[in-house]
Amino acid sequence: MDNIQILDTAFSAAEALAQFEARAAGAGAIVSFTGLVRPKSQAGEVTGLYLQAYSPLTETGIAAAAKDARRRWNLTALCIIHRVGDMVPGDAIVFVATASAHRRAAFEAADFLMDYLKTEAVFWKKETTPKGETWIEPRLEDYADRKRWSKAGT
Amino acid sequence: MVEILYFGRLMDVMGCSQERIALPDSVRDTDGLRRWLDAERILSGALLEPTVRIAVNDAIVPEPFAVSDGDSIAFLPPVGGG
Repeated sequence: MDNIQILDTAFSAAEALAQFEARAAGAGAIVSFTGLVRPKSQAGEVTGLYLQAYSPLTETGIAAAAKDARRRWNLTALCIIHRVGDMVPGDAIVFVATASAHRRAAFEAADFLMDYLKTEAVFWKKETTPKGETWIEPRLEDYADRKRWSKAGT
Repeated sequence: MVEILYFGRLMDVMGCSQERIALPDSVRDTDGLRRWLDAERILSGALLEPTVRIAVNDAIVPEPFAVSDGDSIAFLPPVGGG
């Protein structure tokens, strides 16, 4: 079963992983990824990050990506947690975990889901630095990463 | 009247996150809405950018897409989380 959550308060990736491990009992492989707010950006020291979502588009888009991941890989469990609202450096922004019988499917599915979240998930990010506030859009590398999955049969 | 939603940097550009607008009769689809609103607010193309997508009634639509009274129309700059 998929566990997908959009949270407007801080969460612990360690607790999320422990819960996922319990739920995924019986799997042969579990992969998890945690994305954190970086303390520095091109504009300098980051003091805050704000994430905005658009319900219900954000939720339905992530659910569709999770379904796509399940179609491509044989997963026994899947979890996606994504923050919205105000965050500070070190806060977890995103947590993705996948479970399968063997490692390859879990690795690839987690990678695939993160590429989706970086470039297609319906979120907008605003960074605060001493220079002011800036809306951040995906980097070209993020789009290139996402394109890796568009080849047939991968 | 239609409800217009702005997200991300477009909230700053428009100075609000949502508003209700009476569409002129000449605006019948998303292309017309982009052109009319951009000119009306003197935005120099902020709403005309092809990377800005539009959702009508909470679904991203292929454009041009017909719009009419009662619709909720959202302007979406490039997205990305993580």
